[in-house]
Amino acid sequence: MESNKELRTIELLNEKFGDQILQTESPYGMLTLSLKAEKIIEIIQFLYSNEETQFQYLTTLCGIHFPDQNQISVMYQLHNLPANQRIRLKIFLPIENPSTPTLTGIFAAANWLERETFDFYGVIFTGHPNLKRILNVDDMLIFPMRKEYPLEDQRREDKNDALFGR
Amino acid sequence: MQDINTISSKIQEEEKQYSYLNLGPTHPATHGIFQNVLKMDGEVIIDAEPTIGYIHRAFEKLAERRPFYQITPITDRMNYCSSPINNIGWHMTVEKLIGAEIPKRVQYLRVIIMELARITDHLVCNAVIGVDTGALTGFVYLFQQREDVYEIYEEICGARLTTNLGRIGGFERDFTPKAWAKINKFITEFPAVLKEFEKLLSRNRIFMDRTINVGGITAERALNYSFSGPNLRAAGVDYDVRVMNPYSSYEDFDFTIPLGTNGDVYDRFMVRQEEMWQSLSIIKQAIAKLPEGPFHATVPDFYLPPKEDVYNNMEALIYHFKIVMGETDVPKGEVYHTVEGGNGELGFYLISDGGRTPFRLHLRRPCFIYYQAYPEMIKGSMLSDAILTMSSMNVIAGELDA
Amino acid sequence: METVALNDVKVVNAPEGIQGAGFFATSLDKVVGLARSNSIWPLPFATSCCGIEFMATMGAHYDLARFGSERLSFSPRQADLLMVMGTIAKKMGPVLRQVYEQMAEPRWVLSVGACASSGGIFDTYSVLQGIDRVIPVDVYVPGCPPRPEQIIDGILKIQHLIQNESLRRRDSPEYKALLNSYGIE
Repeated sequence: MESNKELRTIELLNEKFGDQILQTESPYGMLTLSLKAEKIIEIIQFLYSNEETQFQYLTTLCGIHFPDQNQISVMYQLHNLPANQRIRLKIFLPIENPSTPTLTGIFAAANWLERETFDFYGVIFTGHPNLKRILNVDDMLIFPMRKEYPLEDQRREDKNDALFGR
Repeated sequence: MQDINTISSKIQEEEKQYSYLNLGPTHPATHGIFQNVLKMDGEVIIDAEPTIGYIHRAFEKLAERRPFYQITPITDRMNYCSSPINNIGWHMTVEKLIGAEIPKRVQYLRVIIMELARITDHLVCNAVIGVDTGALTGFVYLFQQREDVYEIYEEICGARLTTNLGRIGGFERDFTPKAWAKINKFITEFPAVLKEFEKLLSRNRIFMDRTINVGGITAERALNYSFSGPNLRAAGVDYDVRVMNPYSSYEDFDFTIPLGTNGDVYDRFMVRQEEMWQSLSIIKQAIAKLPEGPFHATVPDFYLPPKEDVYNNMEALIYHFKIVMGETDVPKGEVYHTVEGGNGELGFYLISDGGRTPFRLHLRRPCFIYYQAYPEMIKGSMLSDAILTMSSMNVIAGELDA
Repeated sequence: METVALNDVKVVNAPEGIQGAGFFATSLDKVVGLARSNSIWPLPFATSCCGIEFMATMGAHYDLARFGSERLSFSPRQADLLMVMGTIAKKMGPVLRQVYEQMAEPRWVLSVGACASSGGIFDTYSVLQGIDRVIPVDVYVPGCPPRPEQIIDGILKIQHLIQNESLRRRDSPEYKALLNSYGIE
């Protein structure tokens, strides 16, 4: 069940961006909102600047691939340090063109986190100062964390897949 | 009409060329594998471009292939200087997902192990700050103390460094009397060594000249870069996950959070030093207040039953089979759990779809997030200061790349 | 406290040879092997967890300096033994190869840990499944991470190899064929 502060946050968001909220839930005690992808930066800016919801700490952001719905979701997790409140925002992008504006204008920490999401899932963050691969080799052609790509390197010859049940 | 002096200085300005220095992936002073290309004007750094990924081992993709308790060995290898914290953090995430109730004794024992691990992590960082300023003796003395902690880990879980410690639900066996003897010996002998190390460096004129006002960052910029852990506390913000979102009975213990003022190398060194003293005090409190009770929770789906039951009881046999084959049922859901690692807020974001392996595991690695601030922190400083800034941030390559 | 007499300390024995008043005659192989094996200058190429166990091996408890490796060299031009400790990712492979090529003959390679020997537990797209994909290796030390005693055992085996190596090995056709198979001239 959401606490008073969380209900107030949902209320404030409903006033200004009510049409963007797709779903509200609180799995394991963390308020999670699924939103439409168009105005996500304004929503986060609102949560950042509003005095009642001072979500001024970016905990993490990551990508999630849902192969059944052909969508890549980007999950943002914010933290309001003075009031000790956390919130999770998720947007869903179509897999043919996963593109969303960058968060680096508000949080400097989003720089490498968005590069990592691009490296793993291929999400294009428009306006990012330096969107290139960060963890994998620069000339890699695929986005490895997507579910259709295998974990192992298929060209290795020293490991016998038959013995490992693969 | 400009005079000859302004014209000649303009010409000099235009002809000045910056040099590029590659602080390459293999370098004795960068403790870890990451590369920085520094644009330098003589000895002063103008800009830096970091490149990481030289030890990318695809943990997040590997976790999608493995059942839950097989992920513990890979969490070990993130921040390998304090692996028990990673292990216990992961186990607590799964326990939160399945809704397990952990007995008090297990929580206190976990606190003892996590604080020991935090001490070892800060020992490495402070010893390495000493080495980078040229003080090699401290390193040798502190690493001897790490050997004592390794012996404690060996008594409890069998391994020295990458511990794979504990189980989902608690521990595999209670601490033996030999383990208690080693822990008590450690907490009696360690304070003297730490005091000796502290006296060597903390009021040392040379050390202070090299580290004060070097590599500093303000609290606002640190929060914008999502710093956490000792680096953030050295900048003056008291955010500690143990206090803000207490887990594993940390609210029962009485400890203070040391804070710095200007976030420079000296503040980080002193914050880590003081945190080691606080960890020692927490361990003593936990030993004094340790309750009796079982050393594991009742989660038959994840915790291997004792062998006598497996041979005599049908139910235990089936559980044993299911656990070892990785066919246990897990509830669906998404959970985020965070612990205070050696470097800050270590978070595990787990989405389970009911299958035997996670659907998505995202590791919130503190090193990865705060290393982004490195170019800003060294802009305008000298090369040796840049080396010292990097080692005081305690960047561990395993956690950076995962 | 126990006292150690001077003749309790083990020192390296002299090789077989003919001894006389003021002279000692033996083959050059043996003398050079003796000198090289007991004064190795290692290059610690430490990438991950095995690197921390190496730091423990260099520490006071398991002292590696007793075996002659007192001076670590971080420059490949001045090193004899390349100790690769930790996981080598595919991004790091070319760097490792460049470091190996810069070393002067005679050079030896010690692969410490499961990740350097065969990829270890990381059978993934981004990890090189063993450094012998890119450079020739002399001794493998398995373990994850290996205990310091195991690392010292690996060094002792390297010392044994160095002691018994023929002086002409580096010019022999077999060695050249080995390097050619890796594409190293």
